[in-house]
Amino acid sequence: MNRGPTWFNITSIALGFSFLYLPIVILVIFSFNASRLVTVWGGFSTKWYGALLHNQQLLDAAWVTLRVGFAAATIATVLGTIGALVLARMGRFMGRSLFSGMIYAPLVMPDVILGLSLLLLFVAINQDRGFWTVMLAHTTFCMCYVAVVVQSRLVGFDRSLEEAAMDLGCPPVKTFFLITLPLILPGVLAGWMLAFTLSLDDLVIASFTTGPGATTLPMKIYSQVRLGVTPEINAVCTILVALVTVGVVAASIVTKHRTVRRQRDEQLAAAGA
Amino acid sequence: MRTVLSVLGRRLASRWWVIGVPYAWLLFFFLVPFLIVIKISLSGVAIAIPPYVPTIDLAQGWASIRDAISQFSFDNYVWLTEGWASIRDAISQFSFDNYVWLTEDDLYWKSYLSSVIIAGVSTIITLAIGYPLAYGMARAKPEWRPTLVMLVILPFWTSFLIRVYAWIGILKNEGLLNQLLLWLGVINEPLIILNTNWAVYIGIVYSYLPFMVLPLYATLEKLDLSLLEAAEDLGCPPWKAFWKITLPLSLPGVLAGCFLVFIPAVGEFVIPDILGGSDTLMIGKTLWVEFFRNRDWPVSSAVAVILLLILVIPIVLFQNQQQKMQERDK
Repeated sequence: MNRGPTWFNITSIALGFSFLYLPIVILVIFSFNASRLVTVWGGFSTKWYGALLHNQQLLDAAWVTLRVGFAAATIATVLGTIGALVLARMGRFMGRSLFSGMIYAPLVMPDVILGLSLLLLFVAINQDRGFWTVMLAHTTFCMCYVAVVVQSRLVGFDRSLEEAAMDLGCPPVKTFFLITLPLILPGVLAGWMLAFTLSLDDLVIASFTTGPGATTLPMKIYSQVRLGVTPEINAVCTILVALVTVGVVAASIVTKHRTVRRQRDEQLAAAGA
Repeated sequence: MRTVLSVLGRRLASRWWVIGVPYAWLLFFFLVPFLIVIKISLSGVAIAIPPYVPTIDLAQGWASIRDAISQFSFDNYVWLTEGWASIRDAISQFSFDNYVWLTEDDLYWKSYLSSVIIAGVSTIITLAIGYPLAYGMARAKPEWRPTLVMLVILPFWTSFLIRVYAWIGILKNEGLLNQLLLWLGVINEPLIILNTNWAVYIGIVYSYLPFMVLPLYATLEKLDLSLLEAAEDLGCPPWKAFWKITLPLSLPGVLAGCFLVFIPAVGEFVIPDILGGSDTLMIGKTLWVEFFRNRDWPVSSAVAVILLLILVIPIVLFQNQQQKMQERDK
């Protein structure tokens, strides 16, 4: 039987990936367009990138977004990792199903509902809205994603290592930092990256929970997109796409190297034994 | 004995700390806010800050909560149902307001219905595009597969807003798609796609395609090829083998992918707002408009509650299906 790639398979892959990537490629190309018209090519130019540097509002928004993303992703990673431990290691306890429900629900809940409910909470407790409220809101939904990512890592590894450490008298907290954390570290880092990009990306929840002086980059882009397509926005988007691509590709190369090295170590160990 | 007890006590205490911290966070930032939404959806509109009555003053404790509960009204839900009550009210009062309310009722029902339809149709189109792609990936050379999977995941990491925005330049009347089609001579005048439901379909299919492809790929890759060889040896034509073997075995992936596209698509706001037109009704957009433009917090809360009730059914079905799959894998 013919197991090699058939014409049908190659065509469907080619068409599928062109559909996925062509819009982004076009967006990037037109960010270098000299003409202000976004759909007519007027020659190569990088002037829109230069214009960005003088757009103070946009730079401010980018700075707010980075700070929110960094803080939210970090707190969410700590909370989400603990949450994953609770799901994977704590066995049964009172209210477990409510807890796992609260971890999974935000993953499927529409953004508009999450944003609205958090805004109404902040109003109910008389909290002025701004940087902190956006950060807290992002932490809340990001921690659920982190918990799911880390949990899959926790389920996948050998528990006997933890048990051996505990049997030898290592206290649970120390066992976690010496044994568990190094083993789940790739999952924790992936969780942080996911949380960071989700926070950078979020428009809806930020719009609900923000206040004066805390406009995030997606909110800025959104308000400009509503006015029309401009090459400046294309330039912003290109920078964001480039950053994400570099980040993801670098991360995947690092993980690939690690797995290759681990496999080689395991082979060497097996040969030595 | 005492030391054993104190160690045990400490362990229990640390256990409760570990459980307690994320638990308390989610209770306060997820469950409580949602209860507040339900409460406000039962309140009346007021020209005040915050713009609804009754408000609960936590300083006064239970008394104020009891007061608030006694003042709850289901009016906001009545609006949503276009039920007899509002019609009766309208007849008994014959004021212009009630007609406005009635037309608004219409808006909500149509938004819910059209969200479900748009999400459903988009899910089917996504499946039709995603299945061949996932199939091709699963049959590619093994050394190529991780790269292909990464290429599917990569757009998911790029901003949602940017990917939706990218389509404006393509779909506009003077956009690239129309330029291409005019140049090819397929059409004589530009197609109007942007600001119609067509653009919304394209946006949803494009944005959620990775969610469809990944679970499909996962099931198709695990598929035992010897089954197909056996079918071929026994004289089964390829299309029939696909229909009888591949498709049934990939059904869990099909279901998972469809749920992962359908559920978030129903509550979508960004895509209908940016790509859709003024006549594109989707409930996420209706909620947004109700909240930010009309500043009607009680009605938007009621819209949110009903939206969640609509989504509960597919979410529960999805979780059941996931549990079944996990048990089967064990």
